[in-house]
Amino acid sequence: MIKTVFEPAIPSRPTYGVLTPGVGSAHLFVADGEGADAVCDLFAQGEGLKASSHIIYIPGANGCDRSAALQALGVPQFHRSPSFAAAQSRLAKVLADAHMGLQVYAAGTEGLMAQVAAAAQHAGLPYEAVQMEHRGSLARRVQCVHCKGVTENVTLDPFVCSHCGLSLFVRDHFSRRLAAFQGVNIDAEDPGLVPASVERFK
Amino acid sequence: MSLDFNDETFRGDFTFKNSAKAIKRFPFPFPEDSYMYSVNMEPHVPGPVGSVFEHMFDVDEHYVSEMRDRAQVLADDPLRCQSLPHMELAGWDLLELIMESKARDYPHWFSLTKDGNQWHWVNRPLQIEQKFTFLDASTLPYGPMEYITRQTQGDFTLQDQRDDDLWIEAGMVTTQADWSLDFDIGMSFKQWHAPVPLAHQMGIFDRALKFLLKLQHGAPVRRFNWTMTVDPLLDTSPENYPKWGPGKTTMTPQTIGHRQHLRVELQTLHRLPRSNAIAFPIRCYLIRFEELVTVPKWARRLHRVVRDIPDELATYKGFLRNKPLMLEYLAPFDDGQPTSPGFAPE
Repeated sequence: MIKTVFEPAIPSRPTYGVLTPGVGSAHLFVADGEGADAVCDLFAQGEGLKASSHIIYIPGANGCDRSAALQALGVPQFHRSPSFAAAQSRLAKVLADAHMGLQVYAAGTEGLMAQVAAAAQHAGLPYEAVQMEHRGSLARRVQCVHCKGVTENVTLDPFVCSHCGLSLFVRDHFSRRLAAFQGVNIDAEDPGLVPASVERFK
Repeated sequence: MSLDFNDETFRGDFTFKNSAKAIKRFPFPFPEDSYMYSVNMEPHVPGPVGSVFEHMFDVDEHYVSEMRDRAQVLADDPLRCQSLPHMELAGWDLLELIMESKARDYPHWFSLTKDGNQWHWVNRPLQIEQKFTFLDASTLPYGPMEYITRQTQGDFTLQDQRDDDLWIEAGMVTTQADWSLDFDIGMSFKQWHAPVPLAHQMGIFDRALKFLLKLQHGAPVRRFNWTMTVDPLLDTSPENYPKWGPGKTTMTPQTIGHRQHLRVELQTLHRLPRSNAIAFPIRCYLIRFEELVTVPKWARRLHRVVRDIPDELATYKGFLRNKPLMLEYLAPFDDGQPTSPGFAPE
């Protein structure tokens, strides 16, 4: 699958590039779903990184699981995690233990990439230090502005907040700190008048 | 509460109102009969006696009640006041600016005495007396920004400056026109303005950012912004939208004069001396339509502004659905006569 082409969006929404081999002492990859393909494509460019790479992989919420392909790359550290939340403490430890020159790569859904960038920033790396490439699902990670709960893998608009149950429409406004889009109650002015949901984010 | 200050509410029974004096000094934001975005920045220098520009931070008849409303908003949702760890120094800068300004401009209400870093602050309207050590947060009941903005009308944000950009990294936001500090904190200038329609393409934010990066200490600037609010709600937050949104649907030709308010923000920008951050007070003034139309020029002009505003802007400002009702109410006050340039009543 080739790199996703996005419609022009408002300036708070990040833009993404194509992973390219960085120069550094160690290479940390975090990918979900089809993001594995971006990692494989990068390794296909040369074997240089292989001896110093660590891959954390989370199968996609859409069922896409490329664990076998990543494992076949033969890197010294490969970890398959059932969710980003489950991988978070490992990621934080790797970032905390990192030496100068660590290269960080994130590939897959927007929510995954933003959470990796937030974790990296938390560890003291600048936002720009994380290379990102979007692959696969356009499903969004959305924070409910009312109850503050985050709903993962939102494909419908409007959708029902998984925490407070309000019907939310999904804005393009994006917080890098929260790694989430913003969801706002769609029937606040006319309670009960909720338009039919459409699958906006496949 | 003393005679200087109203005892009024901005929720529930909505007893807020403006005195004749407050109407006369209301900061009407339209210098001409139409409205489009502009940067419209001017030096924040002292204006005429009695005007909202007379002092650095205007303290008016709504002060005590507004501070009571803010305390309630914060009790309900402490996330309305946040400061990222590196912004504490900017908070001290802001505290100093406000305390010195108020003690100088309103000596009968506020006083500040300094003995080195040992400061003594007295706020008579709110019955607060505080001795503390400047730059030592452990000597105040809140962080410095929260402490002083619990005693100052208007929302406040603090912007750090780095990488040729401004980063919104602290704020006290309880009287906002539908934006979330909790969501926007940490964003760059263009990121937090991202949802504003049209203005990016017009280059407004490029010009504004370029201007603000060069803002000098001691040379604050100001501009107006405005929107519409049904009922005198200070807290029109996205967080509480399901609570206040339904009120927008129940106005009638009989109630619009009383319930519909023009909401004006007097925004000032101040470079802070130690942190090099920018303080951005956003002071909200409300006036109900029936108060506003007592000034013939303002009534005429507001009718023309509302009539001619593009739907995209009316939607963004949240009043498209009530625009026909507003025009029906305002039209009889527009006799077609020309209006004089500028904000003044006539």
